[in-house]
Parts: sequence; structure tokens; C-alpha cells
Amino acid sequence: MVTVASADAHEHHEPQSFITKYVWSQDHKVIAIQYSLTAIAVGLVALVLSGLMRIQLGFPDSGLVDASSYYQFMTLHGMIMVIYLLTALFLGGFGNYLIPLMVGARDMVFPYLNMLSYWFYLVSVLVLMASFFVPDGPTGAGWTLYPPQAITGGTPGADWGILTMLLSLAIFIVAATMGSLNYVTTVLQARTKGMTLMRMPLTVWGIFVASIMALLAFPALFVAAVMMMLDATMGTSFFMPAIIAMGQQLPHEGGSPLLFQHLFWFFGHPEVYIVALPAFGLVSDLISTHARKNIFGYHMMVWAIVIIGGLSFFVWAHHMYVSGMNLSFGFFFAISTLVIAVPTAIKVYNWILTLWKGDIHLTVPMLYAIGFVVTFVVGGLTGLFLGNVIVDIPLADTYFVVAHFHMVMGVAPILVVFGGIHHWFPKVTGRMMNDTLGRLHFWITFLGTYVIFFPMHYLGVLGMPRRYFDYDYEFIPQSALDLNTFITIVALVVAAAQILFLYNMIWSAFRGRPSGGNPWGATSLEWQTPQTPPGHGNWGPAVPEVHRWAYDYNVPGASADFVPQTEPQRGPSQGHGHGPEQPGEKGHS
Amino acid sequence: MSHWVKYDPSRGTLDPDGDGRSWQGPAGRGRAAMRGLLIFLLPLASMFALVISAYMMRRHVGDWQPIPLPWQVWLSTVLLVGSSIAFEVARRAAALGHIHDIRRGLLGTGVLAVAFLGSQLWAWFHLQEQGYYLAANPANSFFYLMSGLHGLHLIAGLVAWSKTRSALTGGADVASVQLYVQLCAIYWHFLLVVWLLLFGVLFWVS
Amino acid sequence: MVLAIILTIIVIGSVAFHLLTPWTLTELGSNWQSMDAMLHISFAITGVVFVAVTLFMVLAIVRYRHRPGRKAQYSPDSRRLELWLLGLTTVGIVALLAPGLVYYYDFTRTPDDAMRVEVVGEQWRFAFRYPGESGQLGRTSIEHVTSDNPLGLDPGDPASQDDIVIPAGGDLHLPVDQPVELVMRARDVIHSFFVPEFRAKMDMVPGMVTSFWFTPTRTGTFEALCAQHCGVGHYNMSATVNVMEREAFEDWLGEQQTFGEHLAALGDRDEDDEVSWGRELATSEGCMACHSDDGSRDVGPTWLNLYGREVTLEDDSTVVADEEYIRRSITDPRAQLTKGYPPAMPAYDFDDDELDALVAYIRSLQDDENNNPDAPDTNAER
Repeated sequence: MVTVASADAHEHHEPQSFITKYVWSQDHKVIAIQYSLTAIAVGLVALVLSGLMRIQLGFPDSGLVDASSYYQFMTLHGMIMVIYLLTALFLGGFGNYLIPLMVGARDMVFPYLNMLSYWFYLVSVLVLMASFFVPDGPTGAGWTLYPPQAITGGTPGADWGILTMLLSLAIFIVAATMGSLNYVTTVLQARTKGMTLMRMPLTVWGIFVASIMALLAFPALFVAAVMMMLDATMGTSFFMPAIIAMGQQLPHEGGSPLLFQHLFWFFGHPEVYIVALPAFGLVSDLISTHARKNIFGYHMMVWAIVIIGGLSFFVWAHHMYVSGMNLSFGFFFAISTLVIAVPTAIKVYNWILTLWKGDIHLTVPMLYAIGFVVTFVVGGLTGLFLGNVIVDIPLADTYFVVAHFHMVMGVAPILVVFGGIHHWFPKVTGRMMNDTLGRLHFWITFLGTYVIFFPMHYLGVLGMPRRYFDYDYEFIPQSALDLNTFITIVALVVAAAQILFLYNMIWSAFRGRPSGGNPWGATSLEWQTPQTPPGHGNWGPAVPEVHRWAYDYNVPGASADFVPQTEPQRGPSQGHGHGPEQPGEKGHS
Repeated sequence: MSHWVKYDPSRGTLDPDGDGRSWQGPAGRGRAAMRGLLIFLLPLASMFALVISAYMMRRHVGDWQPIPLPWQVWLSTVLLVGSSIAFEVARRAAALGHIHDIRRGLLGTGVLAVAFLGSQLWAWFHLQEQGYYLAANPANSFFYLMSGLHGLHLIAGLVAWSKTRSALTGGADVASVQLYVQLCAIYWHFLLVVWLLLFGVLFWVS
Repeated sequence: MVLAIILTIIVIGSVAFHLLTPWTLTELGSNWQSMDAMLHISFAITGVVFVAVTLFMVLAIVRYRHRPGRKAQYSPDSRRLELWLLGLTTVGIVALLAPGLVYYYDFTRTPDDAMRVEVVGEQWRFAFRYPGESGQLGRTSIEHVTSDNPLGLDPGDPASQDDIVIPAGGDLHLPVDQPVELVMRARDVIHSFFVPEFRAKMDMVPGMVTSFWFTPTRTGTFEALCAQHCGVGHYNMSATVNVMEREAFEDWLGEQQTFGEHLAALGDRDEDDEVSWGRELATSEGCMACHSDDGSRDVGPTWLNLYGREVTLEDDSTVVADEEYIRRSITDPRAQLTKGYPPAMPAYDFDDDELDALVAYIRSLQDDENNNPDAPDTNAER
């Protein structure tokens, strides 16, 4: 209410000074860059943390980190990567930049709210970072923050660490809600003339559905965080049963740790798709553009996104097969989980069918897109193991899970991020990123992560539990520990290789080859702006009008190999090149 | 980034209202704000629904002792209903452009809403006196949590309400006032429904 | 072209890795062949999909990579093809799900003749309890927990008198080929009981009782470990499971003290024997999870030779570890933090007798060298 009412006080006006233009900016493009740079910065912290963890796992005798720090690094690594990096980057970064440009709006509908969203996000990041400096350091409860463990003495950071974490999450949720509200309303309200829902690029669809999911799912985490804070500070017993921790009976009674898990995963599972759906959308556009071919089965792709988004609210307890909940729930959640695999598989088929009979330019964004498909297929298929309750029972909480989710929601979306940055960098800066560096970085990252995570599945099959500081057990052969050392070395190389990407980004921003407005020959609106980078208000005097869908590549009879969305149809007799929503559009020849 | 930093605004005139089809302008903004508000109710509904489902799950544990709802809560409910009715009066007056009635309706809304919050606080103090502390029993914890979350949202609503009032007294144009009143009224009714649900759950399911 | 070659190598490499990997299932030790079978079925079906999808991409890249003059085909969709793919995928999913659920049904049905054994998790050890001759596990409550009754059995419940408690640190003994239902509780935080060879696992949740069942099918010793993050000592939380022939198991069980006998013996405890009481306390209260008694470095400083030694504190000052220091370190651990150790220890509130016992126990932990007054470690700086 407040922000709605105050939005009008900030009409669009020309930015006056550096401060209003780049700091307290209400321009979605500036906010997008603020979001992205903050997310990348905090992501680098998480990358360093993972390196430290890997050093412990690969070289347990090094003594570089102790058990407390190991668990703290583990927790922060997970939390940052999932929420503060990927969610923020896809929604706040790509979403902010691309939605208004792709739907032909001048800005988000609530620019002031958009600015607030970023500043809340920044504060949540700062609070999170501050937890490194509170007494006892950040929480080491694991990113799932299960009580009672998260707030009892045997866990590092059980006093201040967990409270700063919960506070930071609560602030982040406010930021994400303000942001998502903007993205959803903008898509619904600010599309330009002719931009029907079924003409939107899949990028917008992915971010749009993910934003709706964020609006519905984040409250679960918020409620859980508030309740846990009350349990930790006020002595309530929402989640805390009567327990004796570290030799002392705590003043709680009757609370249900499983209640927290239900709330957490009601958020946590949709969260996976909040990260994945934008990645699906972006990669669809990358593949279509660089294969110079329309996306295959656009309608199916849209419906798959919507169905996946809806179903993901009914699968949460597949994270809890061995949590002690009623075993009969396992039947329902196994079925719902495997059902969700069907629309997901459709998406994969449509990506590879888009490549088929295309004109595949193996540009850097295309390499990342193909890398994504390979990684995502591996991660998605191993999801079928873990969703199938009988297979999950032995594999739960082992390295198989670690390998699975790193593949499917760690590496795969990150590859899309890299591909997306390479793809849209020319629009943001007016310059191309360096091709050679990009390829080098792609090969190291793609092959490196594959070599890191593929063998890890087999450590899980062997039975190695996750979240272990050290593996001193007889059933684990020395060779498995050697494999761990190997994985660590590769991981450090991959981590170091990210410098290539950062260097490429910074160098290209100032020294890159000027790109022109539409270097890839893409059809969607953001490439048709009068200026590159787009000016304030995006479109110059008149907003564009849309006449076709976003995938008119190699239209038979057209002179160029792409037809921008702004290009009027050439008359009713020529069916080719129509968007799929027009009657008689079944243009497959 | 280089272009971005060196961007020169003089290279093009960018009048955001230059095109009638875009969302700007009072009418377009109103639709967007209305839709934005309705979308904003989604996460709120989700949050309160989750609190209620947590309540439903938690109350099956043996240590649950139902909390006797103090009579002040009934008073609160009446006050909140009154507040919502007053806002409805203001909203209809706004639709007809009757500035004076809007003012009266808004005033009534505000007074009743503040009275609601006061009554809720009274209920809290009453419970404290009786020994129903926050942490003494999960039923108590849920009562304080639910009424607290609801109250905080009403306080946020009062901030928007005061903006509406200052728009009204500050002589903003009629369209803006109508918009604000309408938005606030929807939010008010939403909070009333939420409170009735919470109240019903606390009263019947305990 | 490089991409096509490398993707092919990835496919071949992954399949080869799967076939040749030395890291694979441990030898099965329970009745859950079905879990292994489903794992292999899953690998087979998903493996085929992985190979097919990736090779299709390789083919597409080889055939349709950009060459001058190449034009992509314009083909928005093909309902028929999509429906076919939809159908095939559904068949694959059903092939995975249907047998999976049938096997899972077995997991949810505990056989009637299953032997009930209780496992209790605490940071960072497992304790066990057998129901004894009554065949019933006695009632428990967290309020009954003391250092002498770590599992909190209700002494007033007749069913608990013949229960056999194996305190934390002990082994779980099970007869071979006998279905076992593990009934599980946790004293502090969520733990999980996982024996890789048995495949099945389940969380142990404070405030509730969880369970799962299996039948050990071969004798031998197995490692049980915690699979649910439970704090800083999670990785160290383990126990030994000893699967024995039935007769050997019965013999072993017969030798164990029942809870009733244990309570009776307590009455006779020689209260002067502070050292052994201190040792019991240190074990039952979880001190040994972080402090070693053999000089090895753990989360906290070792207790070996601690008494009387000069300790360097975090602010580089030193203090002699006398009785006062040790008592204070237990009741207010952060007051004088030893340099180089994390402030991980919570404050304990033992009563005076218990503190005396703990100090006496720590005092007793001296190895021979340090009894020598000339030992450099203790006396160099005095």
C-alpha cells in the first residue's frame, strides 16, 4: 500500500546527477546492474567458501579449517548460492533488465518499489556478511537450518549467527516480494501493443512464473524464520520439543521439528524452480537465437513452465522421505515428483529439437546453452532417483544428493547465467565480450564441473554421507578419499578460472569490440531499441508495436534470416512468419 | 558498462508520457496500482494461510492447552468490522466524488482501526495478567503470533491511510484520491477477512 | 566440431565410468535387495535417456552447424512428435515409479515378528535399548534423564525394569536373519541412523518416535553413522553394529545388566570414587565428544595432562589449569578461552559434587612422562 501510494511521487524524469542516476536510481536497467553486481560479489564469497571446504575434504590433514568453520562455510555457501546469488541474479538481475525491454515497457510499473527492492536486498546481504563478525561467527546449521540443531549449543553460531541469518532472510524476503510484485505486474500491465502473452519470449515467461512462485513460496520461509526467532529468543516452542542439549534441559516442550521442515520445504522446493524456470526461459532464447531457428513447440514450452511452476508446490515432502514423517506420504510425493519430470522432459526434447535442422552458430552463448542441456539432463535424471522414494532411502543425505543438486540447480543455472551475460552484454554495454576468453572459460567451467560432480554420484552410491568434515570410516576405501583429493584439485582450478570471466567482463566493458544494437541478429524487442545501451525510458519517442512472436528466424521468403517482432506482417495471404497464436499458423513445412 | 557510464542523455528526448499507449498517466497508473495491490495480497494470503496450517499441525501435540480468548477480542472484531464499513462508505463517497463524505469516512476508519489495535493490545495485557505468557503454551504463542502479524499489517495499512488523508487534505486531484481510497479499502477488507479467519480458527479450532 | 567430439567423449566416458567404477554399492547386508534393484533399473533407464539425448545433440551439431549459405528449417512445432515424446516419457516414468512404489510398500509394512530395538541419538553418539524379557520397551521421558539414566527410562514403569540399556558408545548387537524394527528417539537434535550396508535409513527426531525395519542377512561388524547434520561433531557420530548368529546374540544379551539391576547397583555406588563418577559424567554429558583423553586434538583441548599445566588463553595471557580454572571452564567456558580453539562449548550447570567429580577425573588423566616433574612441557615456564 505504502509503496503503491508513493510510486506516483516519482514520475519518470531525467536523472540529474551521478547519485540519482546510478545510486538512488529508479531505472530498471541500473537497478538490474546493481542487483547483478551485488549478487556476483556475494557469489564470489560463496565460491571462496566452497574452495576452503574442498581443501578440507581433499586434504584433511592440511588443518586449514576446523570443524566449526567447515560447517559455517558449508551453510553460508549453500545459502548464498541458492538465495543471494541465483535467486537475486535471475529475478533481480536478468528479470529487471529484460522484462521491461522484452515486453516493450518504458520501465517497471513501480520504479520506486523497484529501487527499494534493491536496497533491501543490499541490506540483507550486508546483514548476512555481518554474521561473519558477530560473536562465534555465522551459523553452521546447514542451509536448511533445521531446528533444534540450528539454535542449540552444539552447532557453531547458534546464538548470534542464526539470528543474523534469519534476520537477513526476512529482509531478503521483503526485497524479493517487492521485486516479484513489480515483475508480475509489469508483465501483466505494461506490455506494449501487440505483445500478447503468447508472443512473449520464453525468458519473460520463465521469470514471470518464477516471480509468482516467489510471491507464494517465500512467505513460508518468512513464517518459519519468524517462528524460529521466537523459539530462539522468547522461549516459545513452535519447533522446539523438550530436549537436553549439551547436558542441559532447555525450556521448551512439545514443539515439532517436522513442522519446520514442512514449512521450509514448502518454500524450498519451489525455490529450486524459482531458480530453474528463469534458466529454462533464458536458455530457450539462447538456443533459438543462436541456432537461427524458432523455438520448437512454443506452446508446449509455455505450458510446461506453468505446469512445472504449479506442480512444484505439491512435491515438497520428497525432501523428507526419511525425515520421520508418516511413511504413507511417500506414495503421494513420489508420484507427484515423478509427474513433474514429464513437463521437464518435454522442455529438454524441445531444446534439442530446436537444434535439429537449425543453422547452429557455436557462439559462446550457444556453447553455454549446450553445456546447460548436458548438465541439466544429468541433474534432472538423477532427480528421478531421488524422487522415487525407494531409491531415495539409501541415497538420501549422501553425496549422491550433493552431486544431484549441484548439477541441476547449481552448475546448470550458472552456465545459463554465463551464457546469458555473454548474450546480453552487448545490449547492456554496447560492447562484445572477448570470444577467446569466453571459450576458454566455458571449456574449463563446463568440463571441470562435470568432472567434479559426475563421480560424486558414485561416492553417494557407496554410502558417503554429506556434510562430513572428515571421512574416517572403514567402508570408505582409500581410493574414495583419493577421488576426493582429485575433485578438490579440479574444483580449485575451476574456481580460479572464474577470474577469466570476471576479467573478460571488466575488460570488455571498456575495451570490447563495439557491438552495434543487434549483434546476434535477434528478433525480440530488447534488440530493437533506438539506442544501445538503451536510454532512459528505453524506446525514444514511441514505444514499439509488436506484430509477431519472438522466434521468426529463417522465415521462408524473408530476406534476412530473422524478422524482428516489430516488423509488420506482410499481408493475410502469407501465413509464414505468423506468431503461433494466429489462426492457421501451423507453419511446419 | 563503458557506454553505460558515458551515456549522454542529450542524445535523445525521452518523454515517458509521449505515448498514450504506455502504462503512464493517471488511468494507466490506476490499473497498474490496482493489479499490483491484488498481486500483493497473494503473498499475504499465503503467509496467513501457512500460519494457520502450522497452527493446525502444531495443535495435535499433547502439550497444547487451548487459550481462553479474552472478551476484548470480540470488541476488536466489532471495531475492525466498523472500520471496514467506514472505509466502504468512504470508497463509495469517493466514487461519487463527495469529498466531505470521504473525509468523514476516512476519519471513522482511522479512529476505529486505532481503537482495534488498542483493543488487541488490551487483550494482550489481559492475557499477560492472567499468566498466559507468550512462551507458556503453544496455543498462546500462536495467539500472539497471529494477532501480532495481523496488527503489524494493519499498522502498515494506517501508514497508507495517512498518505491518503494527506492527499485529500493537500488537495490532490480527484482521480488520485479515488484511487488511493479504493486501494486502501481493498486492503482494509482483506485484513478484515484475514482477521475473521484467524479469529474463527482461534475460536473454533482450539 | 570440437564440441561434438567432446560431447561424444563425455558420453563414452560417463558410460565407461559407470561400468568400471571402483566406487559402487557396498556389499548388501540386509533384505533390501529391492533398493539395489531399483537403483540399477534407474541407472539403466536414465542412462539410455542420457546417451540418447546427448548423442542426438551431437548429431544435430555435426549435421546442422553453421556453414555459409545454410538455412534453418522453419518448423514451429509438431503436435504428433510432441505427443509421442510425451507418451514415451510417461512410459519411462511409470516403469520407474510402479516397481518403486511396490517395493516401498514393503518398507512401510513392518513384519509382525520384527524384534524391536531402540536407538537413541545424542550429540554425537548412539545409545541402544533392548526390551528384555517382557518384550516391551518401558516408557521414557526427557525429565528422567540423568547421568545414571541417560535414556530417561521411567523407573516407575514395570516394563522398563527388564530393559537392557547399552549406553552411548556401546555397540548394537543384532541376530542375523531376524527382522528388526529400529525404534528411534533423539535427545537433543535431529540425527539419523544409517548403515550403508543395510541401505535403509531414518531420521531420529527429538520429541517424537520414528522407526524403520530391515533384516540383517549376514554376520559381521558394520559401521553405523549419522546422516543428518547434527552439529559440529556430526562427522564423528558413529557406532558399531555387530550382526551375530542367534545363539551368540542370546548369550551376549544374557550377559547384559537390565535397567532394574543397574538401578540397584547405583545404590551401592562408592561415592568416594570420584574419578570413575567423573568419567561417567564426562561420557554421559557429551564432554568426550569434543575433548579427548589421549592427547589428540579435537574440537576442544585434550584433557590428558591438562591439570596443572600452563594454558595460553586467547589474549595470549597464561593461566595454570588448576581446580578453579577447570570448574570455571565448565560453568563459563568463554571466560578463559584457550588460544586456538573455537568458542563452541556451551555453559554447563553441574552441581558442586558433579564438578568435583569431573575435576577429579581430569586430574587423573596424566600419562607417565608428565608425572615427571622435569618434563619440559609442564614446567619449562614455571
